[in-house]
Amino acid sequence: MTTQTEYRSQLHHRQKELMVKWYERLNEAAETGEPPTVSMMISGNCVELLEGFSAVPIYPEVNALQLAIRHQSLEPILLAEELGYAADNCAYVKADIGAYLRGITPTGGKLPKPTLVLCNFVGCNTYLKWFEHVAEFTGAPLYTLDVPFMRYDEPTHADIEYVVKQLKELIKRLEDLTGRKFDYDRFKEAVRCSSEVENLWSRIKHLAKHSPSPFDAYFDAITLMGPLYVYRAKPEGVEFFEIALKELQEKVLNERDDGEREQFRVVIEGPPPYPHFRTFRDMFAKWNATAVASTYSTVGGLWEFGARHDPSTPFESVARHMLEHNVTNRNYLQRYDQIKKYVEDWNADGVIIHFVKSCRLFSAGQGDMRDYFTKTLGIPTLYIESDLEDPRYFSEAQLKNRIDAYFEALEHQKLSHRGIEERRN
Amino acid sequence: MEKLTERQNSNESSLSSSVPSVVSPSCEDVIPDLNFTTVRKWKDQHPGAKAIGYFPVYAPLEIIHACGMLPVGLNGAGDQLDIQYADARFGSFICSIVKTTLEMGMTKHLTPFDGLLFSTICDSARNLAFVFKRNFPEQYVDFLHLPHNPSSEASVDFLMSEYARLQENLEQLGGTKLTDAALNESIELYNENRRLTRRLYDERDGNPQLMRTSELYALIRAGNFLPVEEHTKLLKQAVDELPTRAGKQRDSIRVVIEGSFCEQPPVDLIKIMEEAGCYIVDDDFVLGPRWFTKDVSVNGNPMRALADAYSNASVYSSMPHDWRNPRHKQLIEKARRRKADAVILLIAKFCEPAYFDYVLFKQELEKEGIPHLLMEFEEKMFTFERLRTEIETFVESLLFD
Repeated sequence: MTTQTEYRSQLHHRQKELMVKWYERLNEAAETGEPPTVSMMISGNCVELLEGFSAVPIYPEVNALQLAIRHQSLEPILLAEELGYAADNCAYVKADIGAYLRGITPTGGKLPKPTLVLCNFVGCNTYLKWFEHVAEFTGAPLYTLDVPFMRYDEPTHADIEYVVKQLKELIKRLEDLTGRKFDYDRFKEAVRCSSEVENLWSRIKHLAKHSPSPFDAYFDAITLMGPLYVYRAKPEGVEFFEIALKELQEKVLNERDDGEREQFRVVIEGPPPYPHFRTFRDMFAKWNATAVASTYSTVGGLWEFGARHDPSTPFESVARHMLEHNVTNRNYLQRYDQIKKYVEDWNADGVIIHFVKSCRLFSAGQGDMRDYFTKTLGIPTLYIESDLEDPRYFSEAQLKNRIDAYFEALEHQKLSHRGIEERRN
Repeated sequence: MEKLTERQNSNESSLSSSVPSVVSPSCEDVIPDLNFTTVRKWKDQHPGAKAIGYFPVYAPLEIIHACGMLPVGLNGAGDQLDIQYADARFGSFICSIVKTTLEMGMTKHLTPFDGLLFSTICDSARNLAFVFKRNFPEQYVDFLHLPHNPSSEASVDFLMSEYARLQENLEQLGGTKLTDAALNESIELYNENRRLTRRLYDERDGNPQLMRTSELYALIRAGNFLPVEEHTKLLKQAVDELPTRAGKQRDSIRVVIEGSFCEQPPVDLIKIMEEAGCYIVDDDFVLGPRWFTKDVSVNGNPMRALADAYSNASVYSSMPHDWRNPRHKQLIEKARRRKADAVILLIAKFCEPAYFDYVLFKQELEKEGIPHLLMEFEEKMFTFERLRTEIETFVESLLFD
């Protein structure tokens, strides 16, 4: 029985190179004051606009998760708790603030004081607080770009107009702060790059419809997400996702379905426990279970259902991206629909709901979600709890028991279905 | 310092419990009434009229009122309801009010309401709105996005469109059209109500020995359940009654309470704080109905006036985000204005916005040398011994310093 899933290829090397290059740029900014940098939230970001200033994004979430995955998150979390953060505050925030105050960075390089702290609030209330705190502790200016939450299935005309007006205010603000003039053509080109990357990423997501899937749309998707956030609006991003698509397409062609490598196909909801990433992944690998889709991989953008940036209406399309094309600004029932579509169209056996203590945006109400999937739709659903950043909230034995019990039941169900089929034939 | 002296018993009469009213029993009785008797009575008296329950905090009561409806502030269920269903829906690490509100829905306590209104207060409450939508598909459930960027000129226009959307939905629900005249009239009524509330707050600040916060709290919180016209009468009677009161000063510290803008602490906890020697000279209890620092204009477009008041004249709390005047600065201003000896940060368990704000509040209070105490509560708690000890120790440390 397989206990670990592992593959290293060109895309992994390229991913590493790109991320290292990004941190080098940030280090350069810290040392020389150039290029300008903007702190942003991953979900619903407007990185295309930054291209118009040749500015580089800082993503506090990426810093936080890098610390967690390298087992370095506890020290900054404890420091933040000494400052007054509560045990029940989002641990991403605590790790980020604690690391800033202690001068810890994921690579050991320097992180700059941001030119602007841009709170592109999309559904995450915690972000409003987090970025106020970043502004307070770093002394950098703050602009809160308020993105109306998706009360309905579609954004209203007023929603789009409101976001576009703020994007234009933001340009003015960045012009004042950087002394640079906004380069509209470069912005438009960035929007075009994004639409290409989105197209490639969407095609990659759809490859998971194959059985066996050439990649895990939860655990492996995370490798692809770094470049997605940092390089979406750049030619390097297009190039990276071309490599990724090609490699995964080849995998589909070259791999025969022996029925062994992929015994179960699941959809995973919620962020992963980064401090115990490998241990958690192996709990699924043990059962040859593959995530064929995940909501977490749509934090940066939800494109597998056709939405794209559009260079012919760059401002409006950035606004639409912020409003409706990322999972965190979409309402809870839209998320139910998203998962339901994954189960149906990606042909999944069940749903795994991973409740993370830190993130109420993801987790508040997941009991109702479980009720919907098990009782209303009759889909085998597992509900487990831990945290995305705080290593203290991870009960390995309990998680393992629950995951084992879930797959045992699924296996039993599959075997008895097969038995019935065979008797019928 | 002198020993603590007890308040004269002759002056213990409640501010409002003796006041007769068409619909209201005493204010303290209204608060825990999960049958919403006052709402049911109002509906009996106004056949066909609708009642809208709103989750804290900032709801545009004037718009609901001007549509001929009764806005009712939902404040959880206190310790009146055992949670049977909501825990399974909302799991661990979620505050009480989110769970008790859902529990009230699932146990049919919210049947007097024809609609439920939520807004952008926090992630849990927002998800709650959509869980309500799924579990009560027949119910009108609406969600308002209240803007977080008041520094943008576009935010007032956006909020107007949001209010207009609510208006349209309410008109459809109630079958009557809202007019500017009716809205201006409603704004006047709420302005008067808020003016009286501010007056009572100022009176308490000036003479805390004349008015207990537990009384004032019950009086203000009853406003969540009563028609504004009725509630304003009660406030007026309370203001009129004040000069007839006499009370002896006692050795107490002057305290500002911060952090209870959404889930409400049990009344008994407020009483304990007072017994322990706190003159509460300002607080953010039941923030909702008194959310503006000044009158909303009635000259001009009333929707614009309401939207502008939210963006530019809101009483600060953990919910609106206005970096032009950060709330940790405003807390210090408030404490100075009220000549407070200390600030008590009274936070509902699992209230993430309040937890976050605590960090900057604490930092700023320490910078300014203002003593502070953090206390956590849950609306459903009914034993207070640990908190009593904490508060007594804190008060004594300041009184006998």
